[in-house]
Amino acid sequence: MDDALIPEGAKRCAFPIFLIGIIIVGAVLLWGVYAMFLCWFKGLNQTNMNDYYGFALWIWADLAVIAVGGGAFFTGLLKYIFKVDELKNIINFAVIIGFICYSSALLILAIDIGQPLRGWFIFWHANVHSMLTEVAFCLSCYFAVLTIEFIPNILENRQANKVPFFHHLAHNMHEVMAVFAATGAFLSFFHQGSLGGVAGVMFGRPFAYREGLLIWPWTFFLFTWSAAAFGPCFTLLVTKITEIITGKKLVGDKTVNLLAKISGWMITTYIIAKIIDTIYWAYVTAPSMGFKLSHFYSDNGFYGYWILITEVILCGVVPGLLLIIKSTRENPTTRTIAIILGVIGVCLNRWVMVLQIMAVPVMSFDTWALYIPSWQEVATTILPVAYGIILIAVAYRYLPVFPQELELNKSADAAAQNG
Amino acid sequence: MIENKKVHKFGMVIDVDKCTGCGACMVSCMSENNVPFKEDESNKKDSITWMRVYKLTNGKSFPETEIAYLPRPCQHCGGIGDHGHSPCVSVCPATATDYGYDTGIVSQIYTRCFGCRYCMGACPYHARYFNWWDPKWPEGMENYLSPNVSPRMRGVVEKCSFCYHRYQLAREKAMIEHREIEEMEYQTACTTACPAGAIVFGDLNNPAHKVHQIVKPDPHPDPMNHKVVGKSRNPNVFRLLERLGTNPKVYYMSEREWVRKAGDNYLKGEWENVKTHHGASSSHG
Repeated sequence: MDDALIPEGAKRCAFPIFLIGIIIVGAVLLWGVYAMFLCWFKGLNQTNMNDYYGFALWIWADLAVIAVGGGAFFTGLLKYIFKVDELKNIINFAVIIGFICYSSALLILAIDIGQPLRGWFIFWHANVHSMLTEVAFCLSCYFAVLTIEFIPNILENRQANKVPFFHHLAHNMHEVMAVFAATGAFLSFFHQGSLGGVAGVMFGRPFAYREGLLIWPWTFFLFTWSAAAFGPCFTLLVTKITEIITGKKLVGDKTVNLLAKISGWMITTYIIAKIIDTIYWAYVTAPSMGFKLSHFYSDNGFYGYWILITEVILCGVVPGLLLIIKSTRENPTTRTIAIILGVIGVCLNRWVMVLQIMAVPVMSFDTWALYIPSWQEVATTILPVAYGIILIAVAYRYLPVFPQELELNKSADAAAQNG
Repeated sequence: MIENKKVHKFGMVIDVDKCTGCGACMVSCMSENNVPFKEDESNKKDSITWMRVYKLTNGKSFPETEIAYLPRPCQHCGGIGDHGHSPCVSVCPATATDYGYDTGIVSQIYTRCFGCRYCMGACPYHARYFNWWDPKWPEGMENYLSPNVSPRMRGVVEKCSFCYHRYQLAREKAMIEHREIEEMEYQTACTTACPAGAIVFGDLNNPAHKVHQIVKPDPHPDPMNHKVVGKSRNPNVFRLLERLGTNPKVYYMSEREWVRKAGDNYLKGEWENVKTHHGASSSHG
């Protein structure tokens, strides 16, 4: 039915099966859209946020998707600036994942603000002292860069590519992609960093506050570093999931292992910096404000030391080591465990840097505040996931996303034809 | 008298020992500033209370139990070094909250706020409130709204303004009459409503004002913590979370040591070292 749109030589499932899948995920998407409209028309009273939890599930989701979407800028930087040519086999997919993550982040922000129609005030009345201003500017600009990076891949669709203008445009855009990759890396450094800065500059919140370099708290650098480290893990994880669903090998082991190795070294160096930061904060910064480390991890029903250990050791040190050791990196099982732990780790870090900050009491007579999101918050948080699945499904079906696909599946396809 | 041409630093001192916890300050604040309320006010975490009275206990069992009531308006922080970069002002991405260098008052521009709530996250005092609902009053009660204060729309943050409209009215009247405004011409609603006289309001920069005389603010940075400026030289006066360097303009007073200690966080043994320290000119130890 849609054969003319499918990349030449590629095998895809029958259109009705594809459509059924899209309808199922589309139903989840519509549920999220319904919740989104409830929030827009009835207001944020639809959520379980309150004056203690002004930042909650959405901001965590926002920070998390931006962190895991960091694979796009970092892979682009490696491919186009550092000329790691092997990554050409995964760069398209990294860009699509980044596009999904960043468009989702912008959507979440549009739902999260109390007066969505005034969202443009952040640009018009910009406060240059605010980390959030920097986030807004760099995030918007980087989304534009990702769109530009995504366009050539769209134009390579079999039918679009028949139009000479689109064909040449796609070719020429590929030629100048290094410029956009460099711009993307520059913008990402600042918005990933300023998202870390959002928490780090809050000197009224000892759990979040960090000292730093000039105007940038240490969390600024840690967030950029962690996004570059764990972002490729997410790219590899989504690639793995796509391979399982499609039943095909889409990216060669050499590429996967190379990206996993780079990610492993980035995670390891990041986690060393994170441990140093945590020790300094626990023994110098927080005590100077009158707080012992135990204050942040006791006397409440949820936040114990387990969260710190899980984030730093189990989901930081462990995946780092698994990915830098050749034998565990090249073993598909341990490699997959490592990338799953890595993705959990960076998401947990963002959770801690949003929700635990809000939960910890600061005034001596105040109490811990715990929070459970409403279904509207959950639905709108799942909405980007459903949107991402649909976009990946459509992109995989109609665009030449994986350059190695035909080559890697040649024997399997031949066997299927013969069989 | 309040000198118009000089830079003011409006602030208050609340005598915790006098406060009975009656809540008159909260009621007067809501009434004066057109603060809306919900049909069900049982969940205090999403109720708007510009002035909120906290109940503190010394944690001891009967018969040694003691209770104190601590009213908490916006602290109108001056930020680290008292340079005007309050925790909330410095983070607002749209400049919807601002520091008045001529008054020391932290303002909130409701029509510019787009409801990101970063300021709420940055405020350790929970003095900022979000309008989760459209503001509503029972039928007929709209007639009692103050014409001097604009009600706020759903989706924006609001907070105590030190009844800034009262300052504007007093300033305009004095200007027309070619004189300077008197200390008692500008008083916040909570100050005037407190039946126990526990709240004293005025210009911390003016030595003739009662608030200055009680607080005796030290204009120099605290030698023990350079982020702190304006530390009280009165041994019974303290500020909330002073160590963070937020430099609030709301001071508290109590003769009870446990109340003063409750104002901040201390590691084991620290309190004994700092409790007699009151600014640059005081003895350490």
